[in-house]
Amino acid sequence: MKNSSSILEVRDLLKTFGAVVAAKDINVDISQGEIVGIIGANGAGKTCFVNMVTGYLAPTGGSIKFEGTELVGLETRKITHAGISRSFQVSQVFHSMTVAENLMIALAIANNRGTDALSLMDTPDLRLKLDEVLKRYKLEPQKDATVSALAQGVRKLLDIAMAVVSKPRILLLDEPTSGISVEEKFDFMDIVMGALREDGVTVLFVEHDMEIVERYVSRVLAFYQGEIIADMPPKKALADKKVQEFVIGKEHHKKKK
Amino acid sequence: MEAALTILLDGLQFSSYLFIVSAGLTIIFGVMKILNVAHGSFYAWGAYTAAFFIGKFSDMGLPDALGFLLIVAAAIVVGVILGFIIEQGILKHMYERDEVLIVLATFGLFLVLEDIILIAFGTDPYFAYQPMALLGPVELGGITRDVYGLTLIGVAAVVAVGCWWLLNKTKWGTLLKAVIFDREMGISMGINVPLVYTLTFIGGAILGGLGGAYIAPTISVAPGLGTEVIVLSFAVVVVGGMGSIVGAAIGSLIIGLLRAIAVHELPQVELFVVFAVMAVVLVFRPEGLFAPAKPRKI
Amino acid sequence: MFNDRTAKFLLLAAMMICVGGAFAPNWIVNQFMFGFSRALAILGLMVLWRTGLVSFGHAFYFGLGAYAVAILDSKFGVSDVFLRLMAGAVVAGSAGFLIGFIMRNYRDIFFAMLNTAISMVLFGIVVKTESLGSTDGFAISASTIFGLAPETKYPLFVIITLVGLTAALLVNFYLKTTFGKLTTAIRDNEIRVEYLGFSVAHAIHLKYTISAILAGGAGALMAMSLGQVDPESMINWTVSGELVFVTILSGPGNVIAPFIGSLVFEILRTYAFELAPQAWQLIMGATFLTIIFFLPGGIWSLIEKLGGKKNEK
Repeated sequence: MKNSSSILEVRDLLKTFGAVVAAKDINVDISQGEIVGIIGANGAGKTCFVNMVTGYLAPTGGSIKFEGTELVGLETRKITHAGISRSFQVSQVFHSMTVAENLMIALAIANNRGTDALSLMDTPDLRLKLDEVLKRYKLEPQKDATVSALAQGVRKLLDIAMAVVSKPRILLLDEPTSGISVEEKFDFMDIVMGALREDGVTVLFVEHDMEIVERYVSRVLAFYQGEIIADMPPKKALADKKVQEFVIGKEHHKKKK
Repeated sequence: MEAALTILLDGLQFSSYLFIVSAGLTIIFGVMKILNVAHGSFYAWGAYTAAFFIGKFSDMGLPDALGFLLIVAAAIVVGVILGFIIEQGILKHMYERDEVLIVLATFGLFLVLEDIILIAFGTDPYFAYQPMALLGPVELGGITRDVYGLTLIGVAAVVAVGCWWLLNKTKWGTLLKAVIFDREMGISMGINVPLVYTLTFIGGAILGGLGGAYIAPTISVAPGLGTEVIVLSFAVVVVGGMGSIVGAAIGSLIIGLLRAIAVHELPQVELFVVFAVMAVVLVFRPEGLFAPAKPRKI
Repeated sequence: MFNDRTAKFLLLAAMMICVGGAFAPNWIVNQFMFGFSRALAILGLMVLWRTGLVSFGHAFYFGLGAYAVAILDSKFGVSDVFLRLMAGAVVAGSAGFLIGFIMRNYRDIFFAMLNTAISMVLFGIVVKTESLGSTDGFAISASTIFGLAPETKYPLFVIITLVGLTAALLVNFYLKTTFGKLTTAIRDNEIRVEYLGFSVAHAIHLKYTISAILAGGAGALMAMSLGQVDPESMINWTVSGELVFVTILSGPGNVIAPFIGSLVFEILRTYAFELAPQAWQLIMGATFLTIIFFLPGGIWSLIEKLGGKKNEK
């Protein structure tokens, strides 16, 4: 799997909580521009993986290198600065503020590092950027609505848009379509993936919905009990025996929510 | 030796009244998640009510022994009346709001209750020495102590055992522990949480009142009584762990004994020591030494 | 910095107050001096309050500022108003910066309580230390201005007003920077702020230090206005409670609010005390509860409603 153009190299990643092993022997290389789907049953270690890459959880062992820089031990915000961003399964937004205010804060933080943070936030320059983001993510109609009054789908879109304004080179999406209706899910993903492709962002996303996986990803990582049991193109992965038994099979039985 | 015994007994007495007051504070916090600043007023009201009636009864020529009954009655009356009015009138309408905002509301209540005391009882101090005089002094290991002060330790022990028994040996205690552990779980189990809240608040208020009522005969009951005791019991509760009865007991002992040592050996640090301990505990163990278990919310 | 409505209003109001003060009777001048001195501290607490943090112990910084003035006066004979003010702000600000390293990790009730604890530590020290004036405190000599000893209180009044104006303009500007805008955002969702690439701890640390500097300045000005300091009215926890009270009364909406709120507080207190000397706390407490229940945005939200949003948020 060693690849000269890989921007993310994960080696022997391990995470244990007491006796529970949440991640083990994880070795992955991600190349620039790949769209990778991460699948697995609940508790298989997908979100744990995302949390470790973004510095929210400290791995018990192993290394994560982003363009040669070791990420293990860095704080989440340092990893954001390095160029890795994420969205959340349950959208993490500022619920008492409007959509525009949410994005404005995200833009301001992305554009005003260090002492610049002590200059005025609301500049014409940022306003332009704000309009651009609103347009791209089709959030214009809701821009002055308070987040707590918005539908789940809009919040998720906002959550992703906020993650992207820092112009990350890798974006991790944690279950982008959870909480979004079957009718809307493709439209939603079209907006998101369209915008991301334009920027050439490398995307890793955790997904339960195999239709989405088949349609949008170029490569699948299947997790089972903290380990990667398959790393292959989507067509092949979905036909794989182990994947069917430990990931998809389980999914069908569980039919949660 | 005698000096050490004096410090020990002073410390225990001080711990005892701190514990009675703090137990009420910590129960209210444990169950309702309310840090009740007005708790200091329950204490002051208990002290004033007890002192007032002990004085009145004595003037009327009734036997001084009735004083003990009056102390308990004062605590119950104060706790039930003030507790009920405050919980039903104010706090009930705030449970959904930010817990810091509720602290502020109880501070507003504290201001109101302090002044109602002034209006009701005036600014002159009250003395209710009769119960203390009745029991007289006793020789103990070479020093003379007031028996009344020693009974305070007994009362604290009774309160401690009572709380323990209530929480661990009764059906009521089981329900209470369920609500303490997780309010939502309590509701889903069919527990009448509003009723639990009201009764808890009244119970806590009675303990606050009892602390004041029992201490009344040993002090001059004067304005500003509640101001000092509330920060002291904050210190106790923080040191022990907010919401834990065992914590309140240990916290009271630590603070009571430390303060007694300071008063006798190094009076300059009397107050400093109490709050320095509080600050140190907050810095190194913000949940307190004996914080109760918390449910995992995720 | 001066090109928004709030700033323009502040400049205009400060000018009018300074001019008006020359003709106003003494008791009004006094009210404004006390009110504006306190308002400085409220300004800082407002910054914290917007972030969802309530300190029940800022009398620590208020007291440090006041006692810095008292000690400079009694031990070194420093009477210059600017030196005194600087001393108060610097002492409190440095303490706030150092304590901020610990405080920035605390939230909610723990934040409130840790502040209470440190303020009571200071209270405990001052009350029991003879050389710090013990329970009696110190009387403070009249302030001089560049070596001149004014005959009336008017010059001090003007200085307090101008200090208040400067502080309000600075905080107004700060609240519009990226740093300053991270108030509600932090209260809403700290995880997101971190993931966006900003350190919540740094943001809170700065806010805390700002609030300490302002509270210290407020204490220094109050000490000069009153001409005396004592632990009961400068450091005890009830003083912290009073500061929080005025913060809630004012409302977090605008930097003008603390000044209006503090004036209302002074007037309320004076009248309540005159009308019902035994019930003034009752009136204050009842007002406080009324605000918490019916006017969560404080007096400022009332002004906004009446003025039909005359001033921008």
